[in-house]
Amino acid sequence: MCGIIGLFIKNPELECQLGAWVAPMLVEMSERGPDSAGIAVYRDPVGEGAAKLTVVSDDPGYDWTGVTAGLQQAFGHHAACRPWVNHAVLTATATADELQRWLGVQYPMLRLTSAGTTIEIYKEKGAPREFINRFQLESLSGSHAVCHTRMATESAVTTEHSHPFSTGLDLCLVHNGSLSNHNRLRAMLQRQGVAFQTDNDSEVAAGYLMWRLRKGATLEEALAAALRDLDGFYTFAIGTRDGFAVLRDPFGCKPAVLAETDDWAAMSSEFRAIATLPGVEHAQIWEPVPEQIYSWSRPR
Amino acid sequence: MNQIDLATASTRDLNIRLHQLDGNGDRHWRVLHPNGKHALAVGLDAPVEVTIEGHVGYYCAGMNKQAHITVRGSAGPGLAENIMSGTVRVMGNTSQYAAASGHGGLVVIDGDASARCGISMKGVDIVVGGSVGHMSAFMAQAGRLVVCGDAGQHLGDSIYEAILYVRGCVASLGSDCVEKPMTDEHLATLGALLAQANIAADPRAFRRYGSARQLYHYKIDNADAY
Repeated sequence: MCGIIGLFIKNPELECQLGAWVAPMLVEMSERGPDSAGIAVYRDPVGEGAAKLTVVSDDPGYDWTGVTAGLQQAFGHHAACRPWVNHAVLTATATADELQRWLGVQYPMLRLTSAGTTIEIYKEKGAPREFINRFQLESLSGSHAVCHTRMATESAVTTEHSHPFSTGLDLCLVHNGSLSNHNRLRAMLQRQGVAFQTDNDSEVAAGYLMWRLRKGATLEEALAAALRDLDGFYTFAIGTRDGFAVLRDPFGCKPAVLAETDDWAAMSSEFRAIATLPGVEHAQIWEPVPEQIYSWSRPR
Repeated sequence: MNQIDLATASTRDLNIRLHQLDGNGDRHWRVLHPNGKHALAVGLDAPVEVTIEGHVGYYCAGMNKQAHITVRGSAGPGLAENIMSGTVRVMGNTSQYAAASGHGGLVVIDGDASARCGISMKGVDIVVGGSVGHMSAFMAQAGRLVVCGDAGQHLGDSIYEAILYVRGCVASLGSDCVEKPMTDEHLATLGALLAQANIAADPRAFRRYGSARQLYHYKIDNADAY
């Protein structure tokens, strides 16, 4: 069992409420996932020609000043490293690939959690309430967020095994369920050059989408292919630069609820998370049909 | 009218209070601020009326006996699981396996029910104002399922003696489930059920489905396979 949440702010004037609204939703999903929690938040897009990475250190007291200096030396004085608990957001005038190559050479001990122009991913083992407090989630603003609370079933409880998983530039995936063909699929993807940090089944789903998207598929095409190739149970929420999408497997065993008002669109594993949102009494609320892709996005 | 507000009372407080009822005294109970909580009004066994003012989570009104429970909202998975008697009405939609394994009583869903509605039903009557999802009435043994909208894939798979009435389209029938003629007797039964559920629909617009009874017994033709 796990809890998943997506919240998309339709009214740009309310973007400052994103963290304040999403935090109680995560708390409501604590019983579905007490082992770890994570959030992908979409905010502060970097300018043209620039990129943004989120990285995490296993050392809670890690000194990031060296990273800032190294980054500015390599990419100029506009480059920045903004530490946030044991994570940091790196921005520079470069492509995400260039930044990732630099990071791999200079700081191989730092693990990448996200790459793109807008996405930031923070995740940590431990109870969702502790995660919210440590990362001061209530203060976050942004256009949308995709979150997860994990109850581990098939692999270890570590930060690396926590969701959301990055699936490419400005893309991420959270998963409630279990995949049964992930070992074979991982081996196939590794032969295709997709790297994995863990033995987690959900990371394989993320790697699968990344591989399809790299081959030129649209998100809709990649998800349609996932319906054929992934065997198991899943409700997925997929964060994109402009919004998020939801997909359930054909069996539809894993729960999901969608709700929408003029101000926001939300998905969660259970209604009780959505019940915390302002204006929910006027929301349209429904259960997503299996095999159907639901998506929200803001026009650019 | 008694009120229990779940903004301050716990689920356990609510269920303990409702379990103490024997049908004497005030029979009307109102539950406020359910906010999607699980296991509300479960295991009742008294002729009382309980109205829940909002959406409920998993397993609402499970194992109900005698009581009349109304949810003025939508319900999560496992509504009225194993209901024995009484009525449960949901004014919105329900999630999967509504009225699963129900032995008796009536479950009315004004909106849609999702997958596996009435799975393994054993005598309960279910009336759905909207549509039902895939695998509804799987291995249904007894009782009636009425669907005013459409039915998803594999309706009535491996069905025994339950009777299914569907007004809209059936995406596909499951193994051993077949369409059967509507007789005057069926029209009368269905009309009475719709009236009992307080849902306005013309019984003549429905089709009936049930078991072809081909999976009941071992087929001697298969003896060569062993």
